[in-house]
Amino acid sequence: MSQFELDARRLLCPLPVIRTQDKIKTLSVGDVLVVTCTDPGVMQDIPAWARINGHKVLKSESGEYEFVITIEVGE
Amino acid sequence: MSKQIRAVSLISGGLDSMLATKAIMEQGVHVEGINFFTGFCVEGHTHAIRKKDKDKPKRNNSLWVAETLGIKLHIIDIIEEYKDVLINPKHGYGANMNPCLDCKVFMVKKAKQWMEENDFDFIITGEVMGQRPMSQRRETMPIISEESGADDRLVRPLCAQSLPATLPEREGWIHRDQLFDFSGRGRKPQMALANEYGFTDYSQPAGGCCFLTDESYSKKLVDLWKARGEKEYDLDDVMLLKVGRHIRPSQNYKVIVAREDGEARFMQGYKKAYINMNCESHRGPLALVEGTPSAEDLHVAAQIVARYGQGRDADLVDVTVRDVSGNESTLQVKPMGVDELPKEWFI
Repeated sequence: MSQFELDARRLLCPLPVIRTQDKIKTLSVGDVLVVTCTDPGVMQDIPAWARINGHKVLKSESGEYEFVITIEVGE
Repeated sequence: MSKQIRAVSLISGGLDSMLATKAIMEQGVHVEGINFFTGFCVEGHTHAIRKKDKDKPKRNNSLWVAETLGIKLHIIDIIEEYKDVLINPKHGYGANMNPCLDCKVFMVKKAKQWMEENDFDFIITGEVMGQRPMSQRRETMPIISEESGADDRLVRPLCAQSLPATLPEREGWIHRDQLFDFSGRGRKPQMALANEYGFTDYSQPAGGCCFLTDESYSKKLVDLWKARGEKEYDLDDVMLLKVGRHIRPSQNYKVIVAREDGEARFMQGYKKAYINMNCESHRGPLALVEGTPSAEDLHVAAQIVARYGQGRDADLVDVTVRDVSGNESTLQVKPMGVDELPKEWFI
């Protein structure tokens, strides 16, 4: 199991979701991906995308300007 | 044991594709969704840039539909490939810059490619005959099937009974009598079916799901191409055409003035890519200057920016101008009066 990072700053949804999806395709089950974004919409969209595609959101953090979501890759 | 039949459904986030997908799922077919992002898609977050739209839900409707249906959704970035569809549409444009028929052909073609790569069996769309003046007519349905290459693997559950039987129907993968014959622009049959399926909350965008159907947006896009002398654009162009007042005093430059705080916040992200300005001596909006303005042009741009600030009635207003490297200078200008700003400058 490894941890990876994805910079999705300055992208508006759904682009952060697409970048997350494409990155996760390259990872293995159990890997962890930390996605950093600036569009607050990701707080709803990335967890929704993760739920329907079988991945687990471990943590969502909201800052003043940045939003960080940690995902564990599922089956 | 018979093979599990699998279908990929084009999910726009609206009611029709939601119902079409559900109709096929009800027949025991495994369905996954696909959604294409052209850059011109209208959805909650783009609306949410503007403060006045803050009441609108920020959800992405295609994701919401997929979650409601309990299916996977694959979102595909087609921004680059879509340029050729928009710039050279074989079937032309609709009322504005919307190449709806070419767009549909392209998306079904991409869905077919995905279907083949992932070993799925057929494609679902939420098309209803007669619902859209350009892409959803009896004459255009076969064009989409043929030109996309999907042929009889393209199923339109909501109007299938009015169309020739498709391969999945002939093979018995799905039953024609459990499909529908909806037609026209009315929404009553869809709403009744939604009620039957227990869908009480669904998106019904009044102006469609694409900015290219919007007259004002289309004018700005045409203006951009005309000013550049070529039909080219990138994602930043696409996004900036959605925000601000666009004012073009001359072919070589235009001024984009934020209309409120939400737009100004969004435009802050472009300060390193465009000359930008805002009032220093008074409160006022952020503006981006696109193109190759001369020093005299920047003076005019500053007068325009001052006109939209609280110093609009002042004799002189100080306007800070930043170049793309962040170097600042100050211009002292007389705000342009309402009567001095020619209507034809507004795009």
